[in-house]
Amino acid sequence: MSNNLKRQKRERVRPGYLARHEERAAYLFLSPWLIGLLVFWIGPMVASIVVSMTDWYIISDPVWVGLANYKEMFTKDRQFVNSLLVTLKYTAMSLPIYLSGGLGLSLLLNLKLPGMNIFRTILFVPSVLSGVAVAILWVSLLNPDVGAVNYVLRELGVANPPRWLGSPTWAIPSMVIVGLCGVGGGAIIYLSGLQNIPPQLYEAAKVDGAGPWQRFRYVTWPMLTPTMLYVLLTSLIGAFQVFDVAYILGGTQGGVGGSLRFYLLYLWQQAFRNGRMGYASALAWVLVVMAAVIILVLFRTSSRWVYYETDPEKA
Amino acid sequence: MHMKTSTRANVFEIPKESQAVRKRKSILRRIPGWVVSYLALAGLSSFILLPIGWLLAAALKPDFVPIFTQPPEWWPTSYWHWENFVRVMTNETIPMARYIANTFTIVLGNMVGTVLSCSVVAYAFARLRFRGSSFLFNVLIITMLIPWQALMVPQFLMFFKFGWYGTYLPLIVPSFGGSPFFIFLIRQYMRTIPKELEDAARVDGLNYWQTFFYIILPLSLPAITVCLVFVFLGSWSDLLGPLLYLDTNSKFTVAIGLANMATRSGNSLWNLLMAGNLISIIPMVITYFLLQKQLIGGIASVGLKG
Repeated sequence: MSNNLKRQKRERVRPGYLARHEERAAYLFLSPWLIGLLVFWIGPMVASIVVSMTDWYIISDPVWVGLANYKEMFTKDRQFVNSLLVTLKYTAMSLPIYLSGGLGLSLLLNLKLPGMNIFRTILFVPSVLSGVAVAILWVSLLNPDVGAVNYVLRELGVANPPRWLGSPTWAIPSMVIVGLCGVGGGAIIYLSGLQNIPPQLYEAAKVDGAGPWQRFRYVTWPMLTPTMLYVLLTSLIGAFQVFDVAYILGGTQGGVGGSLRFYLLYLWQQAFRNGRMGYASALAWVLVVMAAVIILVLFRTSSRWVYYETDPEKA
Repeated sequence: MHMKTSTRANVFEIPKESQAVRKRKSILRRIPGWVVSYLALAGLSSFILLPIGWLLAAALKPDFVPIFTQPPEWWPTSYWHWENFVRVMTNETIPMARYIANTFTIVLGNMVGTVLSCSVVAYAFARLRFRGSSFLFNVLIITMLIPWQALMVPQFLMFFKFGWYGTYLPLIVPSFGGSPFFIFLIRQYMRTIPKELEDAARVDGLNYWQTFFYIILPLSLPAITVCLVFVFLGSWSDLLGPLLYLDTNSKFTVAIGLANMATRSGNSLWNLLMAGNLISIIPMVITYFLLQKQLIGGIASVGLKG
């Protein structure tokens, strides 16, 4: 008995010929990624820690400044604070709309009605369109004086429709409207989540006398929470990646009075307009830390509201 | 959980009405819901279709007719200048034909890089046993969550030192290192392929490479197709990459060419810009219609397994 255990142990420590063979093959298969990881991820990451502690204008030599870049960011740089606020405001405004809109749309598209495929096709089209194309179209539609949106609003009796991109207060709502046609993309994810809910659950609930609201509240909602977690995670991190649409709607300067200077746009400005590579690297590190915090907080709190079905076969 | 007990008795009651009457009644009761649903769907669809109609109308207008009219034209009615599409292709300020060719170069490079790297790496993660596999897989997941834009400054500095600024290399070469997202996607798919197939191949004397190439790769084509479509859509519409690395108009991609024209003040050729914009979405729309099922399945599976 003990001999047997010993042998097993030794086998695990020193893999046999076949296992070693397999391992060698595995690392060969992995090599493109491992090289890519080293060259395009780990190398730049380490380098950017160093760069973030320097003053480096692309044409001149870097000068070591220690933590001065970070200090400047948190104490003096009002544009940094502003870009954070813009990003935050956009998230706070768009997230509830996109989350509930995507969910509502998917519930609608999940109905078994004739012609539903046509609606699905139409509503999913924008999820493949580029941000640039959609934004160029909407810049024209949102023109405050002659644009189509304000024409419709005036026809509806709004005497002084918003100035949209021309006004600092309406710039972010404009972004939200432009993003709205992409709600279909979120709906696709929810829809597949909905279609993965076993129909027996609804039947059982019906037999138990649950009405439509109760069926939603006690069956659909808990079964969809894992999907919600995913969508929430990607849209929160996505807010720090907003670039294309803001660039087209607000131009290189980030909109009227910096109203569309999103975090990434500001990073880009600092690096490639002002040439401050060191400062931009510091901004990038703050971005990584914020993304990490978001991910950690979401996963830590997810156990309170995300429902994971225990697999009866495994249990 | 009161619903579980309250009305259970009702199930056993004998229905008083006949089946036909009940069915008719339930259909009648559903009609208002249907009307509301269809109205909502039609409203949402028009939110997407009307702007596209407006885009077409604007693209077909001659040079000196304003594209902004009151009321707006939601569909081309009076002007049908199809030659605008030809003009924008060869226009000097936005040479769309040139942009399209440039973009396809980058897209193709990325597709080749992704297939070559991601499928191979995914196989190792899906099937092979090696020390450090779970550690490396965690690294993969972490890199999937880090926004790549956080690394754009050091990457730029690196490529700049390589002398790659102003070329397509920085936009293509990284794809040969594999993208964590696509590796993950293909790996998930490969895990669903029955292991017996592989064992049989091994018994027949195929080595790991042959097993991968002749057995696993052909079977994974659906997942690889989805990845290729994502790569196509992603690099076709990428703005930030070309914005960082390309500096001359003759090398621009569709996205940056259009973006430049749209953000330049004093642009007078709105009709051509809109024609170019319309052309730029055609490849995406065609892809969407050809591969709708795979694409939607792909987006969906990403959400479920992520």
